[in-house]
Amino acid sequence: MTILKTTGLSKKFGDFAALDGVDIEVGKGEVYGFIGPNGAGKSTTIRVLLGILKATEGQATIFGKDVWKDAVDIHKRVAYVPGDVNLWPNLTGGEVIDLFIKLRGGNNKSRREELIRRFDLDPSKKCRTYSKGNRQKVALVAALSSDADLYILDEPTSGLDPLMERVFQECVREAKAEGKSILLSSHILSEVEQLCDKVAIIRQGKIIEKGTLKELRHLTGTMLLVETKEPMPNLAEVKGVRGIEQKDGALSFQVDQEELDHVVRYVSGFGIIRMESAPPTLEELFMRHYEGTGTGGAV
Amino acid sequence: MDNQLFSGTGSLSRFILRRDRIRIPIWILSFVLATVATAVAFIGLYENAQERQAIAATMENPAMTAMVGPGYGLANYTSGAMMAHQMLLMTAVVVGLMSVLLVIRHTRTDEEEGRIEMVRSLPVGRLSNVAATLLVLFLVNIVLAILTGISLYALNIESMELEGSLLYGAALGATGMVFASLTAVCAQLSHNARSAMGLSIGILLLAYIVRAIGDVGSEAVAWLSPLGWIVRSEVYVNNIWWPVLMTVGAAVILGALAMYLNSIRDLGAGFLPARAGKTHASPLLLSPFGLAFRLQRTGFIAWAISMYVLGASYGSVMGDMESFFADVDLMQDLLVPMEGFSLVEQFVPTLMAVMAIIATIPVLMAILKARGEEKNDRIEHVLGRAVSRNRLLGSYLLISLIASFVMISLAGLGLGTVADAVMEEGFDTAMAYQAALAYLPAVWAMIGVTVLLIGWLPKLTGFIWLYLSFSFFVIYLGSLFQLPEWVEKITPFGYVSAIPLEEFDWLQATVLTAVAIGLIVIGFVGYNKRDIGS
Repeated sequence: MTILKTTGLSKKFGDFAALDGVDIEVGKGEVYGFIGPNGAGKSTTIRVLLGILKATEGQATIFGKDVWKDAVDIHKRVAYVPGDVNLWPNLTGGEVIDLFIKLRGGNNKSRREELIRRFDLDPSKKCRTYSKGNRQKVALVAALSSDADLYILDEPTSGLDPLMERVFQECVREAKAEGKSILLSSHILSEVEQLCDKVAIIRQGKIIEKGTLKELRHLTGTMLLVETKEPMPNLAEVKGVRGIEQKDGALSFQVDQEELDHVVRYVSGFGIIRMESAPPTLEELFMRHYEGTGTGGAV
Repeated sequence: MDNQLFSGTGSLSRFILRRDRIRIPIWILSFVLATVATAVAFIGLYENAQERQAIAATMENPAMTAMVGPGYGLANYTSGAMMAHQMLLMTAVVVGLMSVLLVIRHTRTDEEEGRIEMVRSLPVGRLSNVAATLLVLFLVNIVLAILTGISLYALNIESMELEGSLLYGAALGATGMVFASLTAVCAQLSHNARSAMGLSIGILLLAYIVRAIGDVGSEAVAWLSPLGWIVRSEVYVNNIWWPVLMTVGAAVILGALAMYLNSIRDLGAGFLPARAGKTHASPLLLSPFGLAFRLQRTGFIAWAISMYVLGASYGSVMGDMESFFADVDLMQDLLVPMEGFSLVEQFVPTLMAVMAIIATIPVLMAILKARGEEKNDRIEHVLGRAVSRNRLLGSYLLISLIASFVMISLAGLGLGTVADAVMEEGFDTAMAYQAALAYLPAVWAMIGVTVLLIGWLPKLTGFIWLYLSFSFFVIYLGSLFQLPEWVEKITPFGYVSAIPLEEFDWLQATVLTAVAIGLIVIGFVGYNKRDIGS
């Protein structure tokens, strides 16, 4: 079942096209990773999805409803954490959490207390005194203690320490286990790899790659590190081998998924002393798309 | 200079000038142009000594003294004496306001936004930011003083000689300097920019009111206020320099105090105690309206009290006016009493107009808060939840409407009740209240224009302050110099019945209210259509 779907979503600010034909689709119980460097259009997409910005072209629906026209209805079942959490300096964290829960229209006291404890937040402090990480905790507690069907999280962990990041990941897994859907925008690739079922990569307002993690991994290849008794002079000419590097007397290279069998057979002919393999990381995929283009923005 | 404390002050000063390279010249030019324009207008309006003397007689009463300060040289009311009497104090208050806004901008606001932290991480002294801000502000006020002085002298008006013109400018500059330093002190006391600004503007208003009470009642009280000092320089009459020099001296001492306070506090901290926070929100907070009100509660209460005090302080001089009019036969002839109205009552519409325009400030602040929240990216927390745009903007509108009623009522009641208490003949409080309420439709029209801007031209919402200033200028000066009628009709405040002199015009009020509603509706339509964000 589709929870969130955009088709050909475009947003222009004057002449500048912030989004250019974005298509994403999040199903029920899915964690959907939305990755890209700063300024690629992640937050703009999310703001369009929240009905805060009006799309110039294209369609976006959540729960089958139009995100602009039916924003209020949709928001009753959505929980959102913005990337840059600005709070009211003279309200306390506890007050803000209560306000957010109430504005969405829910009330779950025990869940709130539990999350405050798990995220180790002091709700009696004024927001002015909170660090970025603590402001993010306030937004996360408010979002996660609500009984939403879709969670839209915009770089939710960028200010959290590793301990809290783990708590966050647990919470996301729990939500997924309850059949909730999550749109997780991030540029922390390890986080996306650990949590997400599907991933879309956005660059300069365009989705350049999307699919399940498994599908995307096919796009890169396996990393092999091989040390052989005899040198392999013609390795570079073997089909499917890329990026050969010398490392501690061994060779490290990437192998396309479909050529793996063939390459391993070739290598074994030279007498293997040591062989290590690593799954392709999202980071490599990501870097491949951004490296050399020079215009993708900083990663 | 101590390197640890002041290193980099020069660079920071240049940086402040660079950041405000448009803002500061606009402020300075506005003051110079407004001053010159007024001086020229005075010459055009009152062509000879006889006409000036006639207006001097009407100025010589406690209500005018409370409003514009004591009149010097009323016996020989030259153009210069008139200028200094009617314009110096009001202009000085606005110069003070400029200083407040600029100082807060470069001290607490920068600190709250974390920019001071970045600056302090560089090889820059602990006091450099405060020192640079004050340095720039002193410079701005000195330039303002010199330009104003020279411009006035350059008009080549007989009674406005070089020394008096320079003193006029110096009085304005000195006021700007003392309020710059006072604001710098307030910026150390408060934890955040908002309350520091509230405190500073509060002190500015208090200085005005204390001076008003002093000017009308006791000379000693007037000396408690720096605004009382500068009007006692008797510009263009006796040209006394020492009150102005004393003001500059006070500015330097307060500036030093601000730096001392800055040096003994932690970054981000203040001296006024912060209350311990609540872990749970009160049920009153839990709605868009509750939130919007809570964010403005302190300011709302402070303004409400100020409006009552302002009304009361005008009311308190009514008793003096009454006895004054009784004494002076000349006044009886000059101000031909209207059938059925006492002379005191005839002043009610003028006072009410000034108070209504001041009361509009908190009203507009209430609705503009919706835009401020948007600029701070906090509105998405609310709109991202199950809250419609109509409900959100409607909450701020409701507060604004409540504020219009509360502020106007308190000003009218303050005037009425206190006047009734101090006057021997008594005063019709109900009449004063009606005169105040008559301004509501005009205030609503101002709200309407603001909502329209928020809905369609969110980047230009600041325009409303220009419009309000223009309204004040027209209504205030209009009553002084009889500006052409059509000028008054450009502002909603020109369509208000002057109770008790005029009957309440239901049709006019209804049309004005309808216009306000129309503007609000159009504004809401725009707000529902546009992108939200800075």
